[in-house]
Amino acid sequence: MNYRMIRFIIGRIIKTIGLLMFLPLGCAIYYHEPVMPFIVSLAASLVFGHIMGGRQPENKTINAKDGFITVALAWIFMALFGALPFVLSREIPNFIDAFFESSSGFTTTGSTIVQDVESLSHGILLWRGLSHWIGGMGILVFVLTFLPSNSQAFYLLSSESTGPQVGKLVSKLKVTARILYGIYTGMTVILIILLYLGKMPLFDAVVHGFSTAGTGGFGVKNASIAFYNSAYIDYVISVGMLLFAFNFNIFYFILLGKIILVLRNEELKWYLAFVFVSTIIIAINISSAYSGQSFRYAFFQVTSIISTTGFVTTNFNMWPALSKLILILLMLSGGCAGSTAGGIKVSRIAMLFKSAFQSIKKMISPRMVQTLKFENAQVKRTIIQDVQAYMMVYILVFIIGLSLISFDGYNFETNFTAIASCISNVGPVLGEIGPYGNFGGYSYFSKIVLSFIMLAGRLEIFPMLILFLPHTWKKSY
Amino acid sequence: MRIIIVGSGKVGTALIDHLAKEGHSLVVIDSDSEVIESLVNKYDIKGVCGNGTSFDIQKEAGVDGADLVIAVTSSDEVNILTCLFAKKAGATHTIARVRTPEYSEQMLRMKDELGLSMIVNPELEAAVECSRILNFTAALKIDYFAKGKVDMVEIKVPEKCPLIGESLSTIRQKLGFKVLICAVQRDGEVFIPTGSFVLQFGDRIHVTGSHRNIIVFLKKIRLESKKIRNVMIAGGGRIAYYLAKRLLEDGINVKIIENNWERCKELSVLLSGAQIIYGDGTDQSVLIDEGIEYTDAFVSLTGIDEENIITSMYASQLNLKKVITKVNRMSLFPMLYSIGVDTIVSPKQLTANLIVRYVRSMSAKKSSRVETLYKLVNDQVEAIEFSVKKTNKVTGIPLKNLKLKDNILVACIIRGKEIIVPSGEDTIQVGDNVIIVTTNTMFDDLNEIIR
Repeated sequence: MNYRMIRFIIGRIIKTIGLLMFLPLGCAIYYHEPVMPFIVSLAASLVFGHIMGGRQPENKTINAKDGFITVALAWIFMALFGALPFVLSREIPNFIDAFFESSSGFTTTGSTIVQDVESLSHGILLWRGLSHWIGGMGILVFVLTFLPSNSQAFYLLSSESTGPQVGKLVSKLKVTARILYGIYTGMTVILIILLYLGKMPLFDAVVHGFSTAGTGGFGVKNASIAFYNSAYIDYVISVGMLLFAFNFNIFYFILLGKIILVLRNEELKWYLAFVFVSTIIIAINISSAYSGQSFRYAFFQVTSIISTTGFVTTNFNMWPALSKLILILLMLSGGCAGSTAGGIKVSRIAMLFKSAFQSIKKMISPRMVQTLKFENAQVKRTIIQDVQAYMMVYILVFIIGLSLISFDGYNFETNFTAIASCISNVGPVLGEIGPYGNFGGYSYFSKIVLSFIMLAGRLEIFPMLILFLPHTWKKSY
Repeated sequence: MRIIIVGSGKVGTALIDHLAKEGHSLVVIDSDSEVIESLVNKYDIKGVCGNGTSFDIQKEAGVDGADLVIAVTSSDEVNILTCLFAKKAGATHTIARVRTPEYSEQMLRMKDELGLSMIVNPELEAAVECSRILNFTAALKIDYFAKGKVDMVEIKVPEKCPLIGESLSTIRQKLGFKVLICAVQRDGEVFIPTGSFVLQFGDRIHVTGSHRNIIVFLKKIRLESKKIRNVMIAGGGRIAYYLAKRLLEDGINVKIIENNWERCKELSVLLSGAQIIYGDGTDQSVLIDEGIEYTDAFVSLTGIDEENIITSMYASQLNLKKVITKVNRMSLFPMLYSIGVDTIVSPKQLTANLIVRYVRSMSAKKSSRVETLYKLVNDQVEAIEFSVKKTNKVTGIPLKNLKLKDNILVACIIRGKEIIVPSGEDTIQVGDNVIIVTTNTMFDDLNEIIR
């Protein structure tokens, strides 16, 4: 293992986190709020990152294992340093609470332990939104845009990006990372402008823009988006959430004018079908409770949950069982591969469905020769195996997490949705807590478990699992 | 530059290795998805899986904006067709690897008629290299600069060399600046020597100078070339054919041992002057029967590196005047030097060098142009010949006043017919050809050599 390179990259990432804190610092200065928390955590991150990173090592090779470990460690460190402003500002005085909040931010979950969000200072609110934005596309992708080239950083990108197959847009990794962040930034700015035009205050628009882009879910109001009570804002955010759960390659193709490739994209069709069918069913199912407005609420909630954002416009805890079930299923599914959304990913589900149907067909006529096709190309056997292994590990982590938090007094529905929400980086919980509630009632132990579940879910489980596997750290073969 | 490489066999991979390090945007096309996957994981490149001749696949790889398409699949016809298509689709330059002897004889015409920028034939290059070394047995390797006006030879310092233990500056005084020692390899390390460097037995050194001066120098260090009159070649592949043809033209006796009956018959038709032996060229008893002990030089050219190495190890025990080994796997080179297999020819490396040189001269800025480029000592050192086109930061200033970067040596200045082995007083002028030896392997312009 190339420890020096791992250290170097993690050092760079901590420094980057430090640099990002300048933004909330500026905000705090503007609103005449205490600046010391930001200055101290900023300085701490920069100094620690600098010491840890050291000089750029000669040997820049990163193999698959190094890639996984770097990514897993980087995210843990990110969550730790990102928690500093919360603790130092005394707004979330307990470090475990702050770690939970910070993990929730960077993993774009949006679950909170804060009782009264409106009591938080502007700087802290912006920091929460910014953490969503950075965590959504990935901090390593961000750092890659200015990491020394030549290093074999593809393993980093592939272990941080979402989905079963990761490809580059162009031959240079650096350029790929820049294109991705370029598209991401551009879309975020457009979203913020649209929100601002919808009479949302600028500060709220910026935080919600970051939060929607990263498919996070942190807002600035206790009532989330319901506070604004505006159909325009609801639809803008709905469409925003819908788009940010697209595979980002699609936007690149649109920029290049290759619309035909967009129309041919199979995962996108599955995803839009999920959204469409769920919205219709829920809209009909809840129509009696919302006179004429049921489509608006159903569409918002469906896009919010499938994109794993977790904004709320209505208390869907009160919805009929069918609608709640659909929401839970969407929660597990998540958005497209290569997006900022969490969850299992539509492409994995589509592949599993297809391969299951093929297996059934083969049972009926055993001599049948089959190839599994996805996106008009043959899917290699190893990828199917990876997807199946991923599902198994996903269920395993789910069950372990569920058993660990079941010691607290909540009922099954609450615990189940809490784990589902965290592993898919969604945010809201059903049952006793409800979409407007928070995780403050869980024990510290459960909060740590949930934090790690969130991190594992964001990185698609394997990097976190590999980090904690004793086999990884053995020197011998 | 945007470069598309079609085919990722030995040469393709070597090219990716060189060109990715030089920072070009590479897309590789291959039909084997696993090869693509491992390459994409190893290098910062994009991979496209499919048939490189297919228009759709080429388009997916971005052929319309590509500066260069290099086709190095195993089939000549596929390579040519790929280049034709790529050219039509808008690629600026195309390079095809063509190996069949029938085609290679019409290479120039094909190049012009089909609009290819360059055709490379690795086997022919390897054969040319072998015949050069056989003409000049003192050298382990010979490269030419300035259209053959300047030689660069790699030699091993012999035990009875009178210069052992002397520093380069005293050697220079003795020899009067006629030749220059420009790179030294000792115990697996490579460096560009300074004046205080002391020569030792067993050093592998690169020497530049005019051909005549180099022969004088070699005589002084008691390393003389011996005339080769007969050559035995193990393996009758394409390199053997090209090599035998050249040697026969020079009046050298050639004996080729080949273990494929059909190939033997073919060779006996093609090479009427050579003796073709049907037998296993890696079998010692066959070699002894065919008189390996009495031959002047032995060249092992079978398709398998390991067999070539072992046969050559055997042959070098027999005190022949020269033993040449074809080895493609570059990672083996350092190991081979230590077991006495020191003259190595690698078709893969030769081809990669040729193409890298072409790419480097394409991307050159205006003030100077890369004319020739050799990668020496396992690619750790480069010798580059620039032709100076315009006044730039290095022209007109005495060399001693130039602030050169570390590990750079101005090895030679060629001004018209004059060959200058430079001292501190010499200057580089417009119109000169300048040979730079460096361990930094990225230069494509003369301006880059100063700080």
